[in-house]
Amino acid sequence: MNANDSVPMVQMLSPEGDFAVPKNYAEYGSYIERLTEEDFLKFYRDMARCRRFDNEATALQRQGQLGLWIPAVGQEAAQIGSGYAVGHNDHIFPSYREHGVAITHGVELMSILKMLRGVNHGGWNPDETRFHLYGIVLGSQVLHATGYAMGVKFDGKVATGNKAEDLAVISYFGDGATAEGDISESFLFAANTQSPIVFFCQNNQWAISSPTASQTRVPLYRRGEGFGVPGIRIDGNDVLASYAVTAKHMDDAREGAGPYMIEALTYRIGAHTSSDDPTKYRSDEEVAYWAARDPLKRFETFLRRQGIGEDFFQEVEEAGEKLAAEIREATFALKTPDMEDMFKYVYSEPHPVIDEQLDWLKRYEASFGGEN
Amino acid sequence: MTNFADMAIAKAINAGLRKAMSEDSKVLVFGEDVAQLGGVFRVTEGLHAEFGESRIFNSPIAESGIVGTAIGLAMRGYRPVAEIQFDGFIFPAFDQITTQLAKMQNRSEGYHKMPVVIRVPFGGGIGAVEHHSESPEAYFAHTAGLRLVSPSNPNDAYWMIQQAIRSNDPVMFFEPKRRYWQKGPVNLDTPPQDLYSARVIREGGDVTIATYGPMVHTSLQAAEIAVSEGVNIEVIDLRSLSPIDFPTIIESVKKTGRLVTVSEAPNSFSVASEISARITEECFYHLQAPVLRVGGFDIPYPAAKLEEIYLPDADRILEAVDRSRAY
Repeated sequence: MNANDSVPMVQMLSPEGDFAVPKNYAEYGSYIERLTEEDFLKFYRDMARCRRFDNEATALQRQGQLGLWIPAVGQEAAQIGSGYAVGHNDHIFPSYREHGVAITHGVELMSILKMLRGVNHGGWNPDETRFHLYGIVLGSQVLHATGYAMGVKFDGKVATGNKAEDLAVISYFGDGATAEGDISESFLFAANTQSPIVFFCQNNQWAISSPTASQTRVPLYRRGEGFGVPGIRIDGNDVLASYAVTAKHMDDAREGAGPYMIEALTYRIGAHTSSDDPTKYRSDEEVAYWAARDPLKRFETFLRRQGIGEDFFQEVEEAGEKLAAEIREATFALKTPDMEDMFKYVYSEPHPVIDEQLDWLKRYEASFGGEN
Repeated sequence: MTNFADMAIAKAINAGLRKAMSEDSKVLVFGEDVAQLGGVFRVTEGLHAEFGESRIFNSPIAESGIVGTAIGLAMRGYRPVAEIQFDGFIFPAFDQITTQLAKMQNRSEGYHKMPVVIRVPFGGGIGAVEHHSESPEAYFAHTAGLRLVSPSNPNDAYWMIQQAIRSNDPVMFFEPKRRYWQKGPVNLDTPPQDLYSARVIREGGDVTIATYGPMVHTSLQAAEIAVSEGVNIEVIDLRSLSPIDFPTIIESVKKTGRLVTVSEAPNSFSVASEISARITEECFYHLQAPVLRVGGFDIPYPAAKLEEIYLPDADRILEAVDRSRAY
């Protein structure tokens, strides 16, 4: 089914929901040991929240309420697990499908919907959430993440001896983006400067209609090797592996180990975006194979075996319905921005052309007497 | 008493960088070969010895990476000054400059300021191989979110680099490479003017020339020659290519009724084209002649043995001045 099946990867939770830390990956085990039951429940709650949000957004797009939707269905474990592994000072540079990571860092979900409705280009405060804006040009954001990490290194905020002060950067991108030169240049700049960054590649196996094999001849976790960036593959549908491996390498980065790459092997269950038709390029069997490896199902099985009762799952389900209703209502209530907004932030200092054109537009609009 | 120093343009930029780096520890200088060597034109000479590796360093030979990491450093609170070694090598960074650097402040609704300066030695006249003599400014002038400036003399070079570094918007700083060694007085105490304003550097009543960067010198030569023919040319050094200081040009054209633009860049779709269009809109009833453009031809920059023919010189400028006056 998957040409890369023979590649070793860190998996702690099997598709059947069996938990075990493989002996050769014991270094990651301690990161699971420190998790409490409340952490497990939080992981599940947010994965389910992400899925429900995603499905509702697809519905909103189908009803014409969003210009576009970018589903992350199937990638919740990779995102929620790694997102919660990011520390309280760390900065996150996402691509455009990281709704789950956004959830772990308190980004208003409506900010994402606003952007996809066409109200703005992503106006949340990246310094406050430490979750930077979505990067739409593939790979572009990874260089920004690398520059940020270089700045952290220059600031001396790595291996300070005080864990509360250290910080690292994580940058998300997909299998398709690895073909972009910006990713290779990021590896090089990060390795040369030994900056604190984890490159988190979600290999969801499809770049629109191109399979991962069109982007690489070697497993992606090895892409950084020639630049001096070691890597590992994890089962991206295993939230515990995603959490533990990311937490370990973020810790290492904060302590001065330099850059590291994690390839999370997952699967894009949905379309690339609402404009895509995946039935044209992939088989139902393939989708069914991966649906059986669903990240939520296996974690639910695990939690039930841990003794988590039906009440919890019922409560999560209800919370999801409540969220869906809320975002529907909030989406309907979104206002078209003022026309001034498109001129407002082009420059941070006054610019005669911008001022002049806005003045003209105002006069032009006013000439219709408010009737256009 | 005002302190003056005589220095070449390259040295003046060097002195300006040194001052900016001394005044603000967040100013970082990087690019290809800028450290120990001081850059291929020695513009950053001595800065590495003075400020050390933490403030000025060689980057890998990867222009997209240079600009992309500069964006990340700016997000972290730094004021990066990135050098692109030659005009013709800027294109691997085109995506990061136009889709990221230029748009970041807009995308983030003002949360991310982008105080990034990109230094670009530009223009021809040095007998170089391909890709070392180009004038790519129009590509960037067409992009909202960027500011473009170009000094033509040591005093402007010294002050404009400092003003560019202080700007919270991204500034592309086009250095007239064939004039790097041209000397002139630098006032070390007082900046001449605002970064984005043009300057009338020679007054005259017959024809206005609007020019910038390396062609300022050539335009002044043409103006001197014209005197012997009884023609008084007013020369405007634009200094800023985006935004363009139109009020200064308009005022001059209202006086002379004639405008010739001079640049090395190919004329079509250029800074000169924008000036021509705009002046036609703003000064239609004052114009005695159409705006004429003296520039490079719309061909790839030629091999060095032909560049003398390609580049505008005083005669080409005067030919246009004559045509303008003949209307």
